[in-house]
Amino acid sequence: MSSKTPSRLTIHELRSLIDKGEVHPRELLDDLLDEIARLNPTLQAYITVDPERLRAQLAERLRQEPRGKLFGIPITVKDNLCVQGEETTCASKILKGFVPPYHATSIERLIQEGAIIIPRANMDEFAFGSSTETSAFGVTKNPWDVNRVPGGSSGGAASAVAADLAIAALGTDTGGSIRQPASFCGVVGLKPTYGRVSRYGLIAFASSLDQIGPLTKDVTDCAWVLSIIAGQDPRDSTSAPVAVPDYVGFLKQGVKGLRFGVPQEYFPTEGIDPAVRAALEEAAQVLERLGMRRTGLSLPRTPSAVATYYIVATAEASSNLARYDGVQYGYRASANGSGSLMAMYERTRAEGFGPEAKRRIILGTYVLSRGYYDAYYLKGLKVRTLIKQDFDAAWTQCDVILTPTSPSAAFRIGEKLNDPLQMYLSDIFTISANLAGIPAISIPCGLTPDGTLPIGMQLLAAPFDEARLLRVAYAYEQATEWHLRKPELRVAS
Amino acid sequence: MSVVSQRDVQQVARLARLQLEEAELATLSSQVDDILTYVQQLQAVSTDHVEPTSHVITLANVVRPDQRQPCTNPEEILNIAPARHGQLVKVPKVLET
Repeated sequence: MSSKTPSRLTIHELRSLIDKGEVHPRELLDDLLDEIARLNPTLQAYITVDPERLRAQLAERLRQEPRGKLFGIPITVKDNLCVQGEETTCASKILKGFVPPYHATSIERLIQEGAIIIPRANMDEFAFGSSTETSAFGVTKNPWDVNRVPGGSSGGAASAVAADLAIAALGTDTGGSIRQPASFCGVVGLKPTYGRVSRYGLIAFASSLDQIGPLTKDVTDCAWVLSIIAGQDPRDSTSAPVAVPDYVGFLKQGVKGLRFGVPQEYFPTEGIDPAVRAALEEAAQVLERLGMRRTGLSLPRTPSAVATYYIVATAEASSNLARYDGVQYGYRASANGSGSLMAMYERTRAEGFGPEAKRRIILGTYVLSRGYYDAYYLKGLKVRTLIKQDFDAAWTQCDVILTPTSPSAAFRIGEKLNDPLQMYLSDIFTISANLAGIPAISIPCGLTPDGTLPIGMQLLAAPFDEARLLRVAYAYEQATEWHLRKPELRVAS
Repeated sequence: MSVVSQRDVQQVARLARLQLEEAELATLSSQVDDILTYVQQLQAVSTDHVEPTSHVITLANVVRPDQRQPCTNPEEILNIAPARHGQLVKVPKVLET
């Protein structure tokens, strides 16, 4: 029997203990619920938790035959993934009370494998943000320092996994929303190739950029979860007809002879914390010691990525958010006064959306409007082509690319909230992967000099090459101990 | 020089069916102006003869056999509407009588 309490273990550790009968899924869930009761009031990683409904789910799973690969493992999901019969709101008032009549495909696959779904991991409203401060239902805290943000937009998921309030999580990533919070909270986060995981049941932000992916305590768990959620789905016509390899089986193949590119544009002289730069240099040396070869690289369109992203992403967001009109589901404002349908639309949207959602609706509508379409939206799509071509060329020179996940460790709550442009610029290293559609993973690679905050490194690979990405990440993880470091969370009682 | 005026933002808000308070309009206009000013750096990138990318994977005409399949119970869908009237979703009056 492990000396650790079950909530602190990984999926692969728990699977063998459960199989051997040394841990019962009920004991695991009870331990997790105790921890949630103790820590969630401070961390607000979950918008709400209903222990009775989770116990009812457990009872169902215990009857489920055959036992799946995630039998009895509690996994949380971001509040933008539809869970049948559970309120799902995108952390927005406009969807308050919305209970989906169906499961997202990724959720359905986890349940088929026996997972217990903990709904309602907190997030930035509609995934618009990098700090989980724009949630309509409270600000999530970073378990390493509760005065700091967990990152975002999958901040609740990252905070929950880091604080052992979930064994693993599903988040979503449109411009870095899995990787940046994974980096800020010291956990592993993967954004798969666009089309690798079905988006059916994911409440859309930017349909050409969004992907669902795992946040986990180590790389093995990441490979495990990806192998379950990946694959074509007839209900998402953009999910790719590409075979799913044995991600877990490939982990131990070694990395000798593989080449990693270090792009100069991701190590600027200004705008990056020296501690992050130092941690990345050490990480590069570890990869070299493992037998990988370092290659200098240039991705010259990198400086255009943030501007391109905020055209493409807001244009798609404003179109996707047009459906929230108070008619078929979600929040509806009363249409008193004139009582007209138009007044109902305008008031519903004014009262239902928070400031960041309004900002993006305005921006997106503007760049798509007549007279500005060519100068902004079409221009953005063309620069997107150039950014993608940068990466296409890079794969002739290297197998994976190594960069920081974020220019800094977690920032303070409130630090960037009133300066949207500064907030957007914190995504500078993650958004190119979404524009190019390539897979990217963030794994822990250091701590700030005072030892208080984690630092993350990002690895990128060619489309559908998650297996190689995970192999390199696994080899690095085996050679280091950063993923074993845990926040020392103290809560006043 | 600003890229957008408050009038532009008001007009876009109307197109997007978004009612803005006066103070909100002022803050939003200045923030949107900052962001659009930043975004204008793209004008310096040469994109002659570059095709736009609206989607990274080139799947076209994804089809499936036209077969009957079970669907969600209409009652469940009607029940999540903010207001219903029998088998219909109820909305404010659209046509004047």
